Amino acid sequence: MVSPSHPRQDHATLAEKFNRDEARVDWHDKTLWFIREKRDRAARTLPEWEDLREAASQIKNRVLDNLRDYLLQFEAQAQRNGVTVHWAANAEEHNQIVHRIIQQAGVTNIVKSKSMLTEECHLNDYLQEKGITVVDTDLGERIVQLAGESPSHIVLPCIHWKKEEIGELFHKHLGTPAGNADPKFLTGAAREHLRQRFMTSRVAITGVNFAVAETGEVVVCTNEGNADLGVQLADVHIACMGIEKIIPERKDLGIFLRLLARSATGQPVTTYSSHFRRPRVGQTMHIVLVDNGRSARLQEESFRNALKCIRCGACMNTCPVYRRSGGHSYHYAIAGPIGAILAPALDMKQHADLPFASTLCGSCTHVCPVKINIHEQLYDWRQVLARQGYVGGVKKLGLMGMAAVLARPRIYRWSGALGRWFMKHMPALVNNRLNPWYKQREMPAVPRQSFQEWYRQNRQQHGQQR
Amino acid sequence: MKVALFVPCYVDQFYPQVAIATLEVLEKQGVTVVYPTRQTCCGQPMANSGFEHLATGCNENFVESFADCDYIVSPSGSCVLHIKDHLHVDGAEEKTASIRQRTYELVEFLTDVLQVKTLTSRFPHRVGLHQSCHGQRGLKLSQMSELVAPPFSKTGQLLGLVEGLELVQLNRADECCGFGGTFCVAEEAVSVKMGKDRVADHQAHGAAFITGNDMSCLMHLDGILRRQNSPTKIVHVAEILNAW
Repeated sequence: MVSPSHPRQDHATLAEKFNRDEARVDWHDKTLWFIREKRDRAARTLPEWEDLREAASQIKNRVLDNLRDYLLQFEAQAQRNGVTVHWAANAEEHNQIVHRIIQQAGVTNIVKSKSMLTEECHLNDYLQEKGITVVDTDLGERIVQLAGESPSHIVLPCIHWKKEEIGELFHKHLGTPAGNADPKFLTGAAREHLRQRFMTSRVAITGVNFAVAETGEVVVCTNEGNADLGVQLADVHIACMGIEKIIPERKDLGIFLRLLARSATGQPVTTYSSHFRRPRVGQTMHIVLVDNGRSARLQEESFRNALKCIRCGACMNTCPVYRRSGGHSYHYAIAGPIGAILAPALDMKQHADLPFASTLCGSCTHVCPVKINIHEQLYDWRQVLARQGYVGGVKKLGLMGMAAVLARPRIYRWSGALGRWFMKHMPALVNNRLNPWYKQREMPAVPRQSFQEWYRQNRQQHGQQR
Repeated sequence: MKVALFVPCYVDQFYPQVAIATLEVLEKQGVTVVYPTRQTCCGQPMANSGFEHLATGCNENFVESFADCDYIVSPSGSCVLHIKDHLHVDGAEEKTASIRQRTYELVEFLTDVLQVKTLTSRFPHRVGLHQSCHGQRGLKLSQMSELVAPPFSKTGQLLGLVEGLELVQLNRADECCGFGGTFCVAEEAVSVKMGKDRVADHQAHGAAFITGNDMSCLMHLDGILRRQNSPTKIVHVAEILNAW
């Protein structure tokens, strides 16, 4: 696991390491771009796509505006359905609640389907320390878990692994024959391996994609049916969710389920959209509602609508920086553009580099199925981080100097001419390895005169001397 | 109609031919163009790095330079978008609001304000169009591939009027080139990789020239092309529109 506690390298450094193997970067980029194109084709099958996005955005805005009321309605409905509802103010409380439920069940082995919230709370590490073994049952998550890594993508946790490498990993951990990298075979082997865990686990944790206030049910979307299998075989079901996962009514799913699968993988709908409303006879069901900074963010006008996120991962697949730097370069449970606006809200100091891991191209904002203005928030985060002193001293000094010059037309003209003179006559001053531009790019050729000089010479009738 | 030419600082210093082409293209359309000589920069380098608050001097200078004209036109989608989205001077809200409204990128000024239908320009080459993100997604100079919406391209429309020009299709019509302001040095590795991939797309489709509405993206791509000793050249769209 990537531990958040000790000093770690920033995005630029980790991305530079990722880029040392260019063929791998090309492969990673193409794999994700393939999914982006699949999403485009799927979206284009619905002429009403942009209307769906707008509708989803408005529903989520309504939820955020009335979150307290919807949460209370959801809690009351869930309780009526025989579900125990827990409230956790932060990650620590969430982990404690989950641990207590597992302790009460008296087990030490549990299964868990995909949940980005439990990644955010580092639940696996917490439970491990308490002597509880968690098996992630999503195939991709199981792969990264066996490898001792965290997911590099919220929908495709092992997208950075090639099938040959997975073959090797399975050979080592599951005893599959060496050199067998056939995806069908490996999936079968994983299924056999997971089946034993499913059969013996009496507690199952799931995430939540949507929590319906009207009915008190939670909806979990998977392609492998692993959430269902875990829950149906267990005596205890624990569903963990961030408080922003609420939608008002069941009918809203007609909008969100269509948007989610198409945005995430280009499928018309996920293979399983499982509704968990009440425990079956003899089973207990718990829902843990987690705040962990969300209600604080709700009060920040610039950043609140990041809470609309439905975790589809479309912004990652489209992001030209994510595709070429890999999910782990973001050193947070949620990578990519959305991670870069969520992470600093939790810990500015740890994640001050992430809003700068973007060219502000804006592609994320426009693939987002709930219309989060991601690139504008990246810009706004930069302002906040700089004002709070989280942007490096050298960069700040450089920009202060630049600002001073650019505010004074005469000094600007003079320094421009001086700079160009040096570039022309002493090119080694800029064409050296201390200049990151020059490492893999030529500097622009220096013209004889600036436009302003040309203009004064050729066009300005009443200007200064030639 | 009095049009003030807004020349981005790096164009002024490194690409005077682009500003000259812009000036001449506008003049050919019968527009009176002035160039306020005290202008420097739009303030974007500071603002995009998180130091919007350091750009006060820049912003004041911009307002003083451009307060008095009908339109402000610039050969850069990125700088224009920055002005439109972020120009702010305390106590001069009315002035800045008016400037933000009157500022246009060159191509959109030609297609939307002057409504240019014919051009006397000739550029007999295979050309790849790099859609710079701020112009495309910010100013909506062309439709973006993310949306389910009818296609259009204001730059493509003008290039279609240029005699002899053959526009090549690309695999990724609107992927970012990786320049990104200070990103190009702060995230050097990813920036260069993005640039190399963009260049390769144009080269694979036989483009002799890569054009675009922003010299900053083209400067970055040019740096990569020249390091590769590639025969592919960059040319700003204003230079093509002014070519004969």
